[in-house]
Amino acid sequence: MLADASNFVHSVDSTFTIIVAICVFFLVLITALMILFVFKYNSKRNKKAENIHGSLPLEITWTVIPVILVLYMFYLGWTGYKQMTDAPKNSMIVDVYGQMWSWSYKYPNGVKSDTLFVPINKPVKLMLHSRDVDHSFYVPAFRIKKDVIPDRINTEWFLPKRLGSYDVFCAEYCGLRHSYMYSEVVVLSQDQYDKWMAGKLSDNDKE
Amino acid sequence: MASETLSINHNGYHESYLEYQGKHKGIWGWLLTTDHKRIGVLYMISILSFFAVGVTLGFLIRLELLTPQGTIVGPQAYNEFFTVHGVIMIFLFIIPVISAIFGNFFLPILIGAKDVAFPRINLLSWYLYLTGGALVLLAIVLPGGAPDTGWTFYIPYSVRTSTNLIITLVAAFILGMSSILTGLNFISTIHRMRAEGMSWFKMPLFAWSLYATSWIQVIATPIVGITLVMVIVERVFHVGIFDPTLGGDPILYQHLFWIYSHPAVYIIILPAMGVISEIVPVFSQRTIFGYKFIAFSSIAIAVFGSLVWAHHMFSTGISDTAEFVFSLLTFLVAIPSAIKVFNWIATLYKGSILLEPPLLYALAFIFLFTIGGLTGIIQGAISLDIYLTDTYFIVAHFHYTMFGGTGFGFFAALHYWFPKMFGRQYNKKIAKIAFWFVFIGFNTLYFPMFILGWMGMPRRSYHYLPQFQPLHVLSTVGSWILITGLIIMFTNLFRSLLKGGKITKKNIWGGETLEWQIETPPTFENFEFEPKVFEAPYEYKQNEIEKEEVK
Repeated sequence: MLADASNFVHSVDSTFTIIVAICVFFLVLITALMILFVFKYNSKRNKKAENIHGSLPLEITWTVIPVILVLYMFYLGWTGYKQMTDAPKNSMIVDVYGQMWSWSYKYPNGVKSDTLFVPINKPVKLMLHSRDVDHSFYVPAFRIKKDVIPDRINTEWFLPKRLGSYDVFCAEYCGLRHSYMYSEVVVLSQDQYDKWMAGKLSDNDKE
Repeated sequence: MASETLSINHNGYHESYLEYQGKHKGIWGWLLTTDHKRIGVLYMISILSFFAVGVTLGFLIRLELLTPQGTIVGPQAYNEFFTVHGVIMIFLFIIPVISAIFGNFFLPILIGAKDVAFPRINLLSWYLYLTGGALVLLAIVLPGGAPDTGWTFYIPYSVRTSTNLIITLVAAFILGMSSILTGLNFISTIHRMRAEGMSWFKMPLFAWSLYATSWIQVIATPIVGITLVMVIVERVFHVGIFDPTLGGDPILYQHLFWIYSHPAVYIIILPAMGVISEIVPVFSQRTIFGYKFIAFSSIAIAVFGSLVWAHHMFSTGISDTAEFVFSLLTFLVAIPSAIKVFNWIATLYKGSILLEPPLLYALAFIFLFTIGGLTGIIQGAISLDIYLTDTYFIVAHFHYTMFGGTGFGFFAALHYWFPKMFGRQYNKKIAKIAFWFVFIGFNTLYFPMFILGWMGMPRRSYHYLPQFQPLHVLSTVGSWILITGLIIMFTNLFRSLLKGGKITKKNIWGGETLEWQIETPPTFENFEFEPKVFEAPYEYKQNEIEKEEVK
């Protein structure tokens, strides 16, 4: 379920790994020192405490090092995010409609569907429309999410890199059947996609 | 802290605030009291009652999530459960819990005052709290049904729902009033009522943390109050403010809501940090490490914490500039919290540590709050927040900071000050057993949620896909362990009120702050003479500490 399915997966996952590693380091350090001190300076072993009021060099150390680290982590998050905002010019544009409690999609040629079909390795830009309340278009496997807000068109884009079908959730609570507001993105090869689209067009002709 | 508190002797008997008979007798002596200590106890009773309701709802939420859908209730009931759970836990429990109970009871004592600056307004705050609480309960039982919007009341959904939303908004507004008045009272008290010699840097750190908290309460709460009134106006008179169908802007609502509600998390956590700053030196029997850094970091948190609200909105489509600024400030607000944690750890160094129940809870606070804070850093990175926001990751994160932080800080404070407040000692062995249940239950309950969030499970979901079930089952089992621990803890405390060993000595833990130099339980006047303060707090002198074994 955490497949390497879009162009953002690598960047998000590596940022996550780096930041989690830094966090785990500090958690282990703090916890280990805490446990060590509680045992070593337990009143049974250490009858007399020493009053140490503080240490300016230490305060500076544990202020400056975290500041440098958080600036680095900020930079990772910011650059990762910048990629998500700049959709390539040649992206296929799909309109996404969120409503209580379902998703629907409209392709550039006017074809509509309830499942999002996209060809592999072609960038897709989603124009997000809400017909009622706030929703959020969330594809965990692609590492993308954007709120879908009435009277405002948000966008998000992705480059599908692996064939298969992936869960689409609504991530912004929207009432009774919020958790059933579920859809799928199906990534097809260009051939399959063209066939699907042709089938859809002929269905439309029949109607 | 050395001070000139002399022990007056009314025929050798000190009448405690619990026995004191003023103008009003019996129950009226409580309901019309202006004594900060009795008001603290009133808050304790009412806040714990609401906590019990909130825990019950939490238990039901976890029970429902045992299976992918339809375990005990339908989706509407589930949505009402998590909304009311959030409203009660945030507005009625975790925001007031430490400042209203222990702030009221101990702030005047810690700075050597007889009461707060405005005792009658203090009582009014409690009645406002009670009114707000009653309205929240009323919204549950009235026809129309409990609110189902989530505690954030996001528009446009909150304009459309047919549930009893307006009553709940009025309740939150009134609770805000209560919070503002308490904040004003504490600021005035700290400025005007410190004892002779109690300069700013001789104030105990709990007083510092309440001071920073109070400013946020006074400055930020009116914004949410006005915002909630605007939602009511919008619903009742159809004035377009936030609702797009009336020409309003739903994003504006989110900004106004979080301008208060993010600082509110610091209203929640700062008093708990103050408690930890009291407990760690007492049970290490040494002075606090880096007093001024801890004091100023509270102020820094209050200032920076007011400027990070839009990190709740990274996925809403706010401008890149806003994303940049709010992410940067979010990372920076982590620094003063980190400074506090490092100074607490350094305070353990070369101490003479007594691992009593209050310290156990305080150490658990440091551990759990560190996890909560570090996972906050993970979400401060925008690209990660885009992935993790509105998933179980955030549910785990805020339960680690709010419950693991302030909840455990509250339990620490309870075990620290309870004997002083009531003159009874609880069973320490049972307190430690309860601690392990609570600690293990807490982690079993909330840690799996980090993994669920990373797997992509959205929050506020009645129904979930089958691949998420194993971790949900584990989490639900954790809720049973946690609640067992809470029952043991509170039974132990309650039993001690009736049957616990009586304490008459002033200083059972060896604390150096002023509350340990007055009678147990305190007298109505707190101090028999106005105290004079000569030394900074936490100046421990070895072998001078008289400790008392429980009878």
